[in-house]
Amino acid sequence: MLKEPAPKLPLEQLEANFADINPPLTESQALEEGSRCLFCQDAPCIKACPTGIDVPQFIRQILTGNLRGSARTILGANILGQSCARVCPTSVLCEGVCVLNAEGKKPVEIGKLQRYAVDPVIASGTQLFRAGASNGYRVALIGAGPASLSCAAELRKLGYEAVIFDANPQPGGLNTYGIAAYKMRASEAVKEIEMIRALGVEIRNGMTVGKDIAIPELERDYDAIFIGIGLGETEDMRILGEELEGSYDALSFIESTKSKRFDQVEITKRVAVIGAGNTAIDVVTAAKRLGAEEVYMVYRRSREEMTAFDYEYDLAKHDGVNFVWQAMPVRTIGNGRVEALECVRTERSSKDARGRYNYVPVPGSEFRLDVGMVVKALGQKRRLDFLQQIPNLELKNGCVVVDPKTMHTRNPHYFAGGDCVNGGGEVVDAVAHGKKAAFGIHQMLEVAKGRRAHA
Amino acid sequence: MPDLSINFCGVRSPNPFWLASGPPTNTAYQVMRAFDAGWGGAVWKTIGEPIINTASRYGSVDLKNERMMGLNNIELISDRPVEINLQEIAEVKKRFPQHTVIASLMVESKRATWHDIVKRAEDSGADMLELNFGCPHGMSERGMGAAVGQVPEYATMITSWVKEVARTPVIVKLTPNVTDIAHMAVAAKRGGADAVSLVNTFNSLVGVDLETFAPRPSVAGYGSHGGYCGPAVKPIALHMVSAVAKHPEVKIPISGIGGISNWRDAVEFMLLGAASVQVCTAAMHYGFRIVRDMIDGLENYLEEKGMNSAMELVGKAVPRVEDWGNLDLNYKIIAKIDAEKCIGCNLCYIACEDGAHQCIRVEERPLGDLRRGELPKHVPQILEDECVGCNLCALVCPVPGCISMVEVNTGRPPMSWKQLQEARGRSPQCSVEELLSKGSA
Repeated sequence: MLKEPAPKLPLEQLEANFADINPPLTESQALEEGSRCLFCQDAPCIKACPTGIDVPQFIRQILTGNLRGSARTILGANILGQSCARVCPTSVLCEGVCVLNAEGKKPVEIGKLQRYAVDPVIASGTQLFRAGASNGYRVALIGAGPASLSCAAELRKLGYEAVIFDANPQPGGLNTYGIAAYKMRASEAVKEIEMIRALGVEIRNGMTVGKDIAIPELERDYDAIFIGIGLGETEDMRILGEELEGSYDALSFIESTKSKRFDQVEITKRVAVIGAGNTAIDVVTAAKRLGAEEVYMVYRRSREEMTAFDYEYDLAKHDGVNFVWQAMPVRTIGNGRVEALECVRTERSSKDARGRYNYVPVPGSEFRLDVGMVVKALGQKRRLDFLQQIPNLELKNGCVVVDPKTMHTRNPHYFAGGDCVNGGGEVVDAVAHGKKAAFGIHQMLEVAKGRRAHA
Repeated sequence: MPDLSINFCGVRSPNPFWLASGPPTNTAYQVMRAFDAGWGGAVWKTIGEPIINTASRYGSVDLKNERMMGLNNIELISDRPVEINLQEIAEVKKRFPQHTVIASLMVESKRATWHDIVKRAEDSGADMLELNFGCPHGMSERGMGAAVGQVPEYATMITSWVKEVARTPVIVKLTPNVTDIAHMAVAAKRGGADAVSLVNTFNSLVGVDLETFAPRPSVAGYGSHGGYCGPAVKPIALHMVSAVAKHPEVKIPISGIGGISNWRDAVEFMLLGAASVQVCTAAMHYGFRIVRDMIDGLENYLEEKGMNSAMELVGKAVPRVEDWGNLDLNYKIIAKIDAEKCIGCNLCYIACEDGAHQCIRVEERPLGDLRRGELPKHVPQILEDECVGCNLCALVCPVPGCISMVEVNTGRPPMSWKQLQEARGRSPQCSVEELLSKGSA
């Protein structure tokens, strides 16, 4: 039976399968790699980093044995520098613009060096930053993902009280629950947040804004509110059989690999994954590592149009994933539980408004993939239900419209950042948004209005 | 095939590559291994009254990934009895009669003691003698080594004692820890030296342990100044060799020492006047096998230059070492950046801006997101009218051939500072600019 569970692998095997794909550098490796950095003036890696980390400086600090200073350089610009060192798509950010590329050389491995500098500080819990003297202002932040965490940390440094409200039991948002386990474990993400808590950021988990605390109450009690709610559930496939047992959405599937023991995550012998973005790659590679024998990645467009980064695609190829290009799901077949996915071939037709080709089904080309699990990885829904509760927010395509310099929304009480603004970006983009919003809030409150008398 | 052999004070050596007196030439075992590997000669580790060494003895300076750019030691002369060393020299000479073995000597400053050691060393079959007037630590405190080499009268006196009995050529090894090494070379020659070798090691304290505050190398938490050598000292040694080579009162063969690691270094020393070169640190770092490429590289170089003998190199660059006052003030070059090769690191810009003459301009780099395909080319520009032709940008540029220094024809005949001074004397009414524009013609 193809829908039957995959043979259970021993936990040690599963742990090994999910081992760090980018193991940390040794001291000698770090010194050798770091010494390749040219220490560019006005370096492009800084300009390509959304948070503007002074990369040549932190590498120089590694080389001089000033690891603590190096970590301060990194985390001062990006409080989630540990996560970003592991999950940033460095090949299209800092490393992609390293001048060594222009000479046909390998770029400096900035991500790995960053991890080398930051890991010891996070592990030892060394507190590198101090909260500023209290200015009496209070800021509420909705959602405890990277955008809010970054914003709150920056606000604390400036002397603001910062309180984060988050519906999940653990802080970190997708950084805790949505990153492939072989890149970062949930415990590591949570440990990093300890440094932010130690700055005096209050994180109230299990608090859903609008349910456990009313929006007008927040508006009354806080001088500014930051919206960092991210995005919602995975988009529906809008096909028959989506309710069958064995149907998953990508985020909950990845979350289960992050919140349970690997041997307690459900996996079947054969799995189909719909979509070809970076999240879809996280799912197919996780499914393989959990023990699935055949994993299909079904994408309606062609290989050239897949949105996953090249290195992510390479990872999936390396894991032996079967790519089913130009096919789309028609229905999930099964009696109570998934037994197969019926798909249909697609062909290229006209271009859409964004200049992308549309792909349409080829009648009569239906085929069947016998699988026990179907995981949709189609991008996330916008959280209109929540955003519409806040008066005067301007929304575009379900995303909050902000002033890109200050992250200020049209409602003067509110700032916003992260995925709910950009529709889904990298952790580092969210951190950059949070930082900008903190300065935007600071500009509005303290700089424009002056320090409170009772502060 | 060019002839690599050299004639040094009448002694023929298969090639100019000798091991300097030091740890690699401590025993017959090592010297024979070295000759098997291809070395042309060896200066035995200094023989004298046996000493006791400390642990540790060496400390070094690394540069990024390059280990031992500079090496410092507080090791002394041979710790083995004179008799054993001399027996071993005899054994080596028997097995390698064509190779050059030089006995390095250091004894207390008594005429009879020197006479005795010279005779015994020559009886062992050593081809030449090298008088160690340079050891900067330990021995100098006992009135030997640099204590002799730093006082010209002592150097002359002891050299003359040696020459009273020596039948083989006598090389005096000079310490660089003096104000003017050429002066010491003259002193050695006055004593009758047949040749000089230079440089010995430089007084140095290689570092301090930031945890324990102990100087490196540390002996039970304490340290002492030592002798510094290795690639880091090569430029200083090159200067000293050239100064001795140019000195009109010296004019005796030179054996060059100081940071030589490969054939290129060796050629430089020879061009500046050394007839043989001595290597120690590089052999301590990588072993005797480094000589293979030294031989091969030198052969290829001579062949490419159309030279038949390594001896043709000796002193060829000496006439080009000039007093600053004779350099042409009207010679002008400016930097040119090859925009194709430029990788946009801006190192030339910041070096010129902060460290030189503010002659390079560059726009601030815009924010760039590769995810949106943004990677604008970013090439600094030389302000040619401002460029003083100092070389700094070309030196810091990490891309070979990207920044070149290009000669600019000023239309002015050459004029040196000395000539300018003379012209000023002749025509006090003229401005410097006027005089320079006319040149010396």
